[in-house]
Amino acid sequence: MKKIQELENIASQVRRDIVRMVADVSSGHPGGSLGCADLLTALYFNTLRIEPKNFDIKGKGEDLFFLSNGHISPVWYSVLSHRGFFPKEELATFRLLGSRLQGHPTPVKGIPGVRLASGSLGQGLANAIGYATAKKMDGDDKLVYVLMGDGETNEGQVWESAQYAGAKKIDNLIAIVDWNNQQIDGTCEDVLSLGDFPARWRALGWEIIDMNGNDMQDVVSSLEKAKEATGKNKPVIILMKTEMGFGVDFMSGTNAWHGKAPSQEQKAIALEQLKETLGDY
Amino acid sequence: MKKYTIINEKDTRSGFGAGLLEAGKQDENVVALCADLVGSLKMDAFAKEFPNRFFQAGIAEANMIGVSAGLAGAGKVPFAGSFAEFCTARVYDQVRQSVCYSNTNVKIAGSHAGITLGEDGATHQILEDIGLMKMLPNMVVINPCDYNQTKKATIAAAKYVGPVYLRFGRPSVPNFTPEDQEFIIGKAVHMNEGSDVTIIATGHLVWQALLATEALEAKGLSVDLINIHTIKPLDDEAILKSVKKTGCVVTAEEHFLNGGLGDSVAQLLGRKLPAPIEMIGVNDKFGESGKPAQLMTAYNLDSKAIICAVDRVISRK
Repeated sequence: MKKIQELENIASQVRRDIVRMVADVSSGHPGGSLGCADLLTALYFNTLRIEPKNFDIKGKGEDLFFLSNGHISPVWYSVLSHRGFFPKEELATFRLLGSRLQGHPTPVKGIPGVRLASGSLGQGLANAIGYATAKKMDGDDKLVYVLMGDGETNEGQVWESAQYAGAKKIDNLIAIVDWNNQQIDGTCEDVLSLGDFPARWRALGWEIIDMNGNDMQDVVSSLEKAKEATGKNKPVIILMKTEMGFGVDFMSGTNAWHGKAPSQEQKAIALEQLKETLGDY
Repeated sequence: MKKYTIINEKDTRSGFGAGLLEAGKQDENVVALCADLVGSLKMDAFAKEFPNRFFQAGIAEANMIGVSAGLAGAGKVPFAGSFAEFCTARVYDQVRQSVCYSNTNVKIAGSHAGITLGEDGATHQILEDIGLMKMLPNMVVINPCDYNQTKKATIAAAKYVGPVYLRFGRPSVPNFTPEDQEFIIGKAVHMNEGSDVTIIATGHLVWQALLATEALEAKGLSVDLINIHTIKPLDDEAILKSVKKTGCVVTAEEHFLNGGLGDSVAQLLGRKLPAPIEMIGVNDKFGESGKPAQLMTAYNLDSKAIICAVDRVISRK
């Protein structure tokens, strides 16, 4: 296992990449990306059993990760590149014409690491269930992870899938909700209250694990706990509390940076707060 | 003209059920999902033969499409079945992103398509599914005409790699295509050689077009009849070859004119070979309750309507 400090260092680089990618193309979604940087770092550099050099869409014999809230693609692209799925220099092409790094992730341009398109919300959980089901059929004991946004769970399809996974006992699946309590138009309460969120998952037969998504130690141990909870006839969900924009003081705890790019001046201020560790692209 | 006889009367959905079972026997990667309509879609035989490869999704079509995409990504060949309305229009965005844009090997099986669904009325009688599905990049759209062709189409869809929409219907209809007739996706079946007019029909309208052809030939007209089971990719070559010879065309389908087979043919001819065209289909209005055969007559989707259209189109030559 990588030392917590080491993972935190990587997450700092990932946050630098996010700020630079979004600022330099003047578009993209930095808020949620920054909030989930610790999770994706821990997943890819500690938890997932993967072979970045031999990426295959079918993903047999590997742990799989799906990003359902595709708009936080910057964090995923950064982590994938540093983990060796593709050269980090490619991050400079984010959202540019002809790039494999589309605004929202897609496999159609052949970027390693991405298996299904996401962006239109609510679909990733169903996709992950499909892969998890195939793993069960094939006697593959690896796990399937999927990340969703909290606002995303407004979508009805999420609850169709939640019910399905509970009913069918898809117990090789770990779903994670980024519970930052922010969505585009305001807080989750203001926009459309989630109600008793844990109770809704529990009622459908899910095993619930809480996590502080911006505390690397807690992220690593909660992911371990989630892994141990698999294989027990229940799908597992991690309710991950994060702060949108975490790591950059003026972007933290607000939905203002959901889909807004920092200016070059703001970028410079943000980068001063984030240590370069693995080398910028 | 070449004689076609009715082998028996069967529903095309049973052709799907038989084809699915056969495809399942041929390839262990074939799996099936259904949204609480197993009996209606005749998927029971597959579910019984391969219980570990069948997934009851419940009345939750969006999830069913998403799960299918995941299964396909992992190497399975999923057939996701429901009424045509519920696996196309209801889940258009899921089909768009998880199936077509992601280019996953999902087969969408839409039963009870068109007005011949009958008594349930307009909520269930989708007449725009071909248009919806053909507009999506990567999607293949197949609308077979009878039991035998639907069975073959299902087996062909399983072998084809990529998204397919397979459309079929509820009522018993004449089963007349020979059991040994080859089925190639995108390749039209030339049913009668003629020189005065081209009739291009799909789905349940193919039999009506055959009846029309017989009647027209009895009156001394020479009809070139094309059975189009694949709306997309369209067999441009077969259509152009025929219309070059006849100089006019009538299309016939159980679908809206907007977005249907006629729309595809008109687009092709407009670009490559302008010629008078008449279209049999439903023009921008919803269906209603009634017996399938009554509805086909009431909505001018029968041989009589085709004959009238042929008269009109020939007069425009």
